[in-house]
Amino acid sequence: MYRERSAAPERATLAAGAAPASSPTAGIDLPAPAGEAEEWPGRRHVLDLDDFSAGEIARVLRTADAMKEILGRPIKQVPALRGLTVVTLFYEASTRTRVSFELAAKRLGADVVNVAAASSSVTKGESLLDTAHTLRALGADVLVMRHAEAGAPYVVAQHVGCMVLNAGDGWHAHPTQALLDLYTLRERLGRIAGRRVVIVGDILHSRVARSAVWGFTKLGAAVTLCGPPTLLPAGELPWPVAVEHDLDRALDGAEVVMALRLQRERQQAGLLPSLREYVRLYGLTAERLARAQPGAVVMHPGPMNEGVEIMPEVAYGAQSAIADQVTNGVAIRMALLYLLGGGAV
Amino acid sequence: MTPPLTATLGTSLGGWAGPDGERRSTPARLLVVGGRLLDPAGGLDRFADLRLRDGRIAAIEPRLAADDDEVVLDARGCVVAPGFVDLHCHLGEPGYEDRETLATGTRAAAAGGFTTVCCMGDTNPRLDCGAEIAALRARAAAAGVVRVLPIGCVTRGREGSELAELGELAAAGAVAFSDDARPVRGSRLLRHALAYSAMLGRPVVEHAVDADLAEGGLVHEGPVATWLGLPGVPAAAEEIAVARAIALARLTGGRLHLAHLSTAGAVDQVRAAQAEGLAVTAEVTPHHLLLTADVVRAGPDRRPYDTSTRLDPPLRSAADAAALVAAVADGTIAAVATDHRPQRQVDKDCEYAYAAPGATALETALGAIMELVVAERLSLQAAVRALTSGPAAVFGLDAGRLAVGGPADLVVFDPDAAWTVEPTRFHSRGKSTPLAGRTLHGRVRATLVGGALVFSTEC
Repeated sequence: MYRERSAAPERATLAAGAAPASSPTAGIDLPAPAGEAEEWPGRRHVLDLDDFSAGEIARVLRTADAMKEILGRPIKQVPALRGLTVVTLFYEASTRTRVSFELAAKRLGADVVNVAAASSSVTKGESLLDTAHTLRALGADVLVMRHAEAGAPYVVAQHVGCMVLNAGDGWHAHPTQALLDLYTLRERLGRIAGRRVVIVGDILHSRVARSAVWGFTKLGAAVTLCGPPTLLPAGELPWPVAVEHDLDRALDGAEVVMALRLQRERQQAGLLPSLREYVRLYGLTAERLARAQPGAVVMHPGPMNEGVEIMPEVAYGAQSAIADQVTNGVAIRMALLYLLGGGAV
Repeated sequence: MTPPLTATLGTSLGGWAGPDGERRSTPARLLVVGGRLLDPAGGLDRFADLRLRDGRIAAIEPRLAADDDEVVLDARGCVVAPGFVDLHCHLGEPGYEDRETLATGTRAAAAGGFTTVCCMGDTNPRLDCGAEIAALRARAAAAGVVRVLPIGCVTRGREGSELAELGELAAAGAVAFSDDARPVRGSRLLRHALAYSAMLGRPVVEHAVDADLAEGGLVHEGPVATWLGLPGVPAAAEEIAVARAIALARLTGGRLHLAHLSTAGAVDQVRAAQAEGLAVTAEVTPHHLLLTADVVRAGPDRRPYDTSTRLDPPLRSAADAAALVAAVADGTIAAVATDHRPQRQVDKDCEYAYAAPGATALETALGAIMELVVAERLSLQAAVRALTSGPAAVFGLDAGRLAVGGPADLVVFDPDAAWTVEPTRFHSRGKSTPLAGRTLHGRVRATLVGGALVFSTEC
């Protein structure tokens, strides 16, 4: 077995008293490294991809390969995280991300508790930290957090002794989404470096876009952000990306097109004249997609507004990787839970 | 022979003055020797001794010999300057004693070298009538260790709909009028406030922000806001409001003072208004001079989203900070004002968006400004001017200078002493500061109000 970590202190701590029936790596068949330099320097939290190295991303993706293999078995479960308690703490409604995390944790044998915290608990005086401290005291090892405000997982990571996995915070970050996007693309295209990626839509309010930009640029892809000026961050950007307001021009030569969900309230806020005009300028149609390279991969983080940012024939067409994104999400989240849980592989 | 400073202070003066009016037990005869006297108002910058008698400055001479019964304060290696004047702080009382009290806030002021502080009227109840102003002054006289001058509300209840009784406020002792943290929303009302207050010789202090443009904003609009996914406040939100206020000052001939400027564009407008001869003044906080929005993302010993960086207005770009420093250097911005705004820790230990804006600042103001002096971005003379005669002139206060016959309000500070900001040691109840953990230069050794020692370091 390939081993480069000398110690797995977290796992040892977490498993104390739980006495797993088999070794932590039982049933996990990890492929050999593909040649990229990999690392996983004792990380305790996954909050954003801005502090990930390309080597850490490579480690996650390779680990996800092993997880995907498990998902293809008749019995889709291994006991790697037996005794680990994972709590999903969601302050925002979510179906796919929460279910994806829950399945990921269960596939690895962890105990999972789901907490749907109404945002009204804030007004009732229940603070985020109070809730997180309580969950920790109840035995939570990993908190998977979704919150409407940017930075909320950082507060918990700083003050509470749990490992924190960000499942989306405000406009800021959605690192597991970005990793599953990278994983899906690697499956489809092999290499990511040098690929021309277009992200189109409401960049300003999108945590998916922010994390995707970090992931793609760290792996060497050339990213173009596309949308109306009112839906792009104003002024100087912190990333090495291009900006293009004309979707047709942006798509010219693109190898990956990621459409983002448009919230309908953006029109009421005065950011858009009308949905109709948005569809006309930024809706991803089959004709538009034809401007990209043949076989360009179409992605969407979901949930989709079919007929708005993406047309059904594109979303369900041959170039679409959207269903794969959802499937791969479970493998990526398994990989992260496994690595956080001290997977010594 | 001169006894060492600490021994002198410790034995003769008992260190701290208490909140019970202990400072009234002024030693009648005090001599400050060996310090570098720096009084920008009097054009004084030389080594000299000061004789204090009955709370006033009796003599300033190159060398003064101590009388037998005179207590000697050794200021060698230190700067002796007029006590600092803060035009903008929040002292909690009445109503928010869990954030600050007059006792703790004025001790914090004394520890920071301030001898006169002007407190905002966003209390509960508001300082929007003569009785509240009088009550605050009485409480401050009893519980405070430095001079406290209240700023009355511009509008009744700080609601922004009708003028408060500005004449009564002034008569009761309000030195200026402000609805700080709330810009006067209606341009017509701000016009009337400026016109009416001109008659009273008191400025209107405007928190200049276009509330509509700034709505929901938490940090400076720019790369850091984009990186962190936090809604931004564009510089234009301040520039628009400054332009409006200056236009109304021109229209009315009123006295306009702009609170805590944060943008280069606002500085340019103030400079132009002053060149035009308008009665427009401005202040800046030490934080906006020294720090930029970058600290919201990361800093020494700081994680992203550290709520101690949540200020109103937000910390801005390096270009903005440079323009603000230049404006203090050339006098366009007359005052460094602390905007000392203590918050409870529970109101800071939370999501960035829910964190109460504001930082504790009185005890770190000198250190922050001296960082600029040490970095040779600001002269010591300009720094001291912006803490003394500059602010005193803005509100027309009899303070901020060293003059024979004038009040013996002064600060003795070591300009070179390095120290590390440890909020747990603050006298203020508020422990949140974006400077926590930083090493600053410039340390207050002693603060005297009316000749009485209200602070000294025991080191």
